[in-house]
Amino acid sequence: MSSHAIDVTAIEQARFDERLRADRKIEAQDWMPPAYRRTLIRQISQHAHSEIVGMLPEGNWVTRAPSLKRKAILLAKIQDEAGHGLYLYSAAETLGSSREEMVDALHAGRARYSSIFNYPTPTWADIGAIGWLVDGAAIMNQVPLCRCSYGPYARAMIRICKEESFHQRQGFDIMLSLCRGTPEQKAMAQAALERWWWPVLMMFGPSDAESSHSAQSMQWGIKRISNDDLRQKFIDATVPQIELLGLRLPDPLLVWNADRGHYDHGPIDWDEFRRVLDGHGPCNRERLATRVAAHDNGAWVREAALAHAAKRNSTAKSA
Amino acid sequence: MNAHLPDKTPPMPLWEVFVRSKQGLDHKHCGSLHAADAQMALRMARDVYTRRMEGVSIWVVPSGAITASQPEEQSVDFDPMADKIYRHPTFYELPDAVRHM
Repeated sequence: MSSHAIDVTAIEQARFDERLRADRKIEAQDWMPPAYRRTLIRQISQHAHSEIVGMLPEGNWVTRAPSLKRKAILLAKIQDEAGHGLYLYSAAETLGSSREEMVDALHAGRARYSSIFNYPTPTWADIGAIGWLVDGAAIMNQVPLCRCSYGPYARAMIRICKEESFHQRQGFDIMLSLCRGTPEQKAMAQAALERWWWPVLMMFGPSDAESSHSAQSMQWGIKRISNDDLRQKFIDATVPQIELLGLRLPDPLLVWNADRGHYDHGPIDWDEFRRVLDGHGPCNRERLATRVAAHDNGAWVREAALAHAAKRNSTAKSA
Repeated sequence: MNAHLPDKTPPMPLWEVFVRSKQGLDHKHCGSLHAADAQMALRMARDVYTRRMEGVSIWVVPSGAITASQPEEQSVDFDPMADKIYRHPTFYELPDAVRHM
């Protein structure tokens, strides 16, 4: 009996490995190693949580956007983030994790979300910097995920990436307006760039040598490009944009290295990264508390929707 | 601060969403969502899956109503029928004189 079970697993594992080698997708119903499933649930649900929590720093500015046009754009962007969260929760649910479990893990502080959203947005320029830099870094991370070995995740990422480039452009557009404005506005843009630069570089995760999940995820086809390579790609793409805006580079060691064909940069403060990850960033508590309150305050809406559905169901049956 | 209490609202049913991208094309599966009933599922599908003119028509179907083939039966169900290659037009050799067929 048990030897038979082992044989079946070995056959399934071989089939799974062969599929990965051939670069074919794994779908929800297919056999997969338990650790592959767990890794995906962790990564996709964290990704979903990040989209949802990511609405909070921006929501802060909806009522204070400087014009009706900017307000409408910001609302559309935030609505997209909610949609991205839903695509991702759905993808994670195909792996057998329920929506309730995932939301509960976030609210209880058991699940993580991207540390970047634990930083505050004190000025309007921060909204520009988030779109331009945070969404820009997210795109760098997400484009390779469109080729992820797990089908539902890859398909959700394709949809997300299509929508994400509007986010980056609207952020850059805000920065451009500020940089062409008064000296005070330009100074505001400069300060926002300096505030976000290092946390954004940390978004790509620890250096490859220290990243605990990287190697296995690469082997499974979940991750396609290393943290350091993506970070470098982002820096190389962004420096010319900083120059175009006429802003000062946020790192004195950020210089072109002709030998490497890339920009060099100064050391990243990984202690800060770990501090924020461990819950001690400027806004961790506020973000989670806001998220939990929003969910709790919406309980009556969910209850009313279910009551309405039940009532319509029973009326339809009795008719 | 109080310890977080799990949500007590019962889970919403799951729906599969199909979108017709334009008139004349098939409805295509594009994802799923939770909603209390079909009407609310339709409304949410509109907000979640068609914010940029991705569709002209939406179907929502309770996920539980779908019966799916099993992956382990794949080789039997979807046998490429290598022994019936005459089903493919390339099986037939045409004289060069026949240009379009």
